[in-house]
Amino acid sequence: MKTKLFAIIALVITLVLLAGCGGEQRGRTARSDVQEAALKSYVAPGDLDEYYIFKSGGHSGQVYVYGIPSMRHISTIPVFSPYAATGYGFDKESKEMLGGFTWGDAHHPSLSETDGDYDGRWLFISDNANNRMARVDLRDFKTKQIFGPIPNVSGNHCSSFSTENTEYILAGSRFSIPLPKGSYEKIEDYATKYKGVVAGIEVNPKSGNMTLGWQVLMPPFNYDLGDAGKGPSKEWGFWTCYNSERAIGKLEVTSTQKDRDYVVAVNWKSAEKAIKDGKFRMIGGVKVIDPKQTEGVVYLMPAAKSPHGVDISPDGKYIIASGKLQSITTVFNFEKMLTAIQKKDFTGNEDGIPVLNYDAVKDAEVNVGLGPLHTQFDDKGFAYTSLFVESAVAKWKLGTWEVVDKIPVSYNIGHLTAAEGDTKNPDGKYLVALNKLSHGRHLSVGPSQPESSQLIDISGEKMGLLMDAFTEPEPHYAQIVKADKIKPIEVYPKEENKHPKAIWDIKDSKVVRNGRNVEVYMIAVRSSFTPTSVEVNKGDKVTIYMTNIEQTTDELHGLGINEYNINVVVDPGETKTIEFVADKPGVFPFYCTNFCSALHQEMQGYLLVKGGGSSVVLN
Amino acid sequence: MKKLIQKATTFFETPVDIRSRLVVLVAAILLVPTYFFPLWNMELYSNQFPEGLVLNIYSYKLEGGKSPYRDDLKEINSLNHYIGMRPLQEDDFTEFKWIPFVIGGVILLALRAVVLGKMSELVDLFVLFTYFGLFSLWAFYHKMYLYGHELDPTSAIKVDPFTPPIFGHMTMANFEVYSYPQLGSYFMGAMPILLLLAMWLSRRTAQKETAAR
Repeated sequence: MKTKLFAIIALVITLVLLAGCGGEQRGRTARSDVQEAALKSYVAPGDLDEYYIFKSGGHSGQVYVYGIPSMRHISTIPVFSPYAATGYGFDKESKEMLGGFTWGDAHHPSLSETDGDYDGRWLFISDNANNRMARVDLRDFKTKQIFGPIPNVSGNHCSSFSTENTEYILAGSRFSIPLPKGSYEKIEDYATKYKGVVAGIEVNPKSGNMTLGWQVLMPPFNYDLGDAGKGPSKEWGFWTCYNSERAIGKLEVTSTQKDRDYVVAVNWKSAEKAIKDGKFRMIGGVKVIDPKQTEGVVYLMPAAKSPHGVDISPDGKYIIASGKLQSITTVFNFEKMLTAIQKKDFTGNEDGIPVLNYDAVKDAEVNVGLGPLHTQFDDKGFAYTSLFVESAVAKWKLGTWEVVDKIPVSYNIGHLTAAEGDTKNPDGKYLVALNKLSHGRHLSVGPSQPESSQLIDISGEKMGLLMDAFTEPEPHYAQIVKADKIKPIEVYPKEENKHPKAIWDIKDSKVVRNGRNVEVYMIAVRSSFTPTSVEVNKGDKVTIYMTNIEQTTDELHGLGINEYNINVVVDPGETKTIEFVADKPGVFPFYCTNFCSALHQEMQGYLLVKGGGSSVVLN
Repeated sequence: MKKLIQKATTFFETPVDIRSRLVVLVAAILLVPTYFFPLWNMELYSNQFPEGLVLNIYSYKLEGGKSPYRDDLKEINSLNHYIGMRPLQEDDFTEFKWIPFVIGGVILLALRAVVLGKMSELVDLFVLFTYFGLFSLWAFYHKMYLYGHELDPTSAIKVDPFTPPIFGHMTMANFEVYSYPQLGSYFMGAMPILLLLAMWLSRRTAQKETAAR
């Protein structure tokens, strides 16, 4: 009896212990040493962050700016979508820039570079949806140019990646189509009549202004991601592609049959020369190099199954492509690539493009883990590869190809970005995992879930999780830059305002009528608009030139007009143009939308549109 | 009485010795920097302006602190318009026209005294300069008084008439205001002191000479 009791007690204890053990092992979610993480990521009130991070906003069309290490959201830069908060897409100037599109799919941001390091001048970002490229000026954090839709480029996903001195920003087609745009070919003829392009968008070194540059005609594969070479490989651009099967239908199956797809290597110096020598075809109104006619511009390197990211090591020697459907990351040696090209060590060709001998150009197949996507670098010769399927980041050594550490992330990491981690001189220190799924890591907000971003300390031997943060959909790539490289202005100096209709003295405000055109020269300053009322006739075309004559930081004024769907925010020293047809009769209040002062509520006026008859309110 | 007048006459006729002439020359030279350094400075601190809004008053101009983010003079005027204070403008200060001119005149008179070297000239200069200094201070005070008292009755925020501080600290609404003389004023303040020193030195020399005779 006694033994039986002991046996039962022992069994219960064992079960409890087992359950306890199970509890410890269950759920390998990322945790951190609370005190250490708090000390490393806490930025006290009034203190400033050490780095900026610029995150693409995906299909929101915008760019989100956060501080690192606090992960505090500081600002949203509207790029491809209107944004009422800053009046973007409501005034004439930004409307024209958006070109009638009301959204874009902001994918990969790329900071401008000088000699392979961020120079803090511009941020470029690609639009996967409408084939455009935007340039944000980091002097005032404003979108200054939206280039495109780029001819022949369809699904500008493998973009934007800056060359070493921002000579070009790489672009290309994710979705091959019949060219030029506007033509029709049967979908069954996809393999032969559909085409892709890869391209270099030229950037003016002084103004940052983008123009077309060059394009290379490519087989109907799906060009996925890219990176520009650096150091020895600085004259080259690289892209990955999937669907070298040239398949149609459900690509999930049809494009995943072959064990290898390709990394595309383009020598942009040769491309420049080919264009100069007249070796191009005009397609869609632009100069396109056809590899069938022009040799020496483009080559293909076989890479493990459906590669996603391609990243060039800081020294420019290695081309690292991650095969998302295998567990390896392929490392190509740039020197060996040049030798193979020289020796014509080819194993075939695709539409006239030589395919290099895999064994001759490959240095290593690093067994990083399941679903490798993208790679970033630190200052100590380590590479960090995101593992989507495994929900982890692998740390491995360049040269020895040895995986030295792994950290779980929550969950399903896409891109990752390290402090200046794609430049010639990465900083190390911080890495941000841009995860696709966040479930359970935040207070629930219903079915529409934010994305999760995790700050990881990479200063030590072991990676350490510091912080979870969340962003709106959907950060693809991001760039982390040392804060002191960016020196924004906070006020537009009066002398710089070149708007032809700007006025600076309240005495100069006026309403000029010319037939059906009414021009209003308006001033906003604490706490009034002048003129305070504007009277027009129904059907008049109204143009308001609004100047904010403040010269003080943070004194913004917004002009919102009731029921006219207008809100324009004007920064200190800025002038914006607001155009509309006064098609609704009545009296419409306008008011300052951006809180400015103690008498902000009083900052208001009336738009009076005659032509609707008199009021019927009885005395 | 007669003796006193005689004594005074003797004093006024006392020649200014070389040492004293040098002291007066230095005093004259020290007035030159008043053209380059502010005479007075006001600083206004509040929660929104932890680094302070700065206003510098020169003998010939009014200048607010300037940064790429702000023009302090413009900012002070923007804030003052809520209480109906008229904007601080250079045109409003006639002092900026005559003060530099008077300082120039004083320098010339000092140089004259250095060359001619009579005690009466030093006394003239001392009296004139003291009068000028006190009048300037009063003019400054009066200007501040007018700014703080001639408030627009239609202003959004009604405040009791006030005089902004001339010297020291004052709390005005949400601002802590500090007002103090600056380098330019110290150079000006050196003038009468050096003049007194010059007079004293020359008188002592004269007394010694009389005793020796």
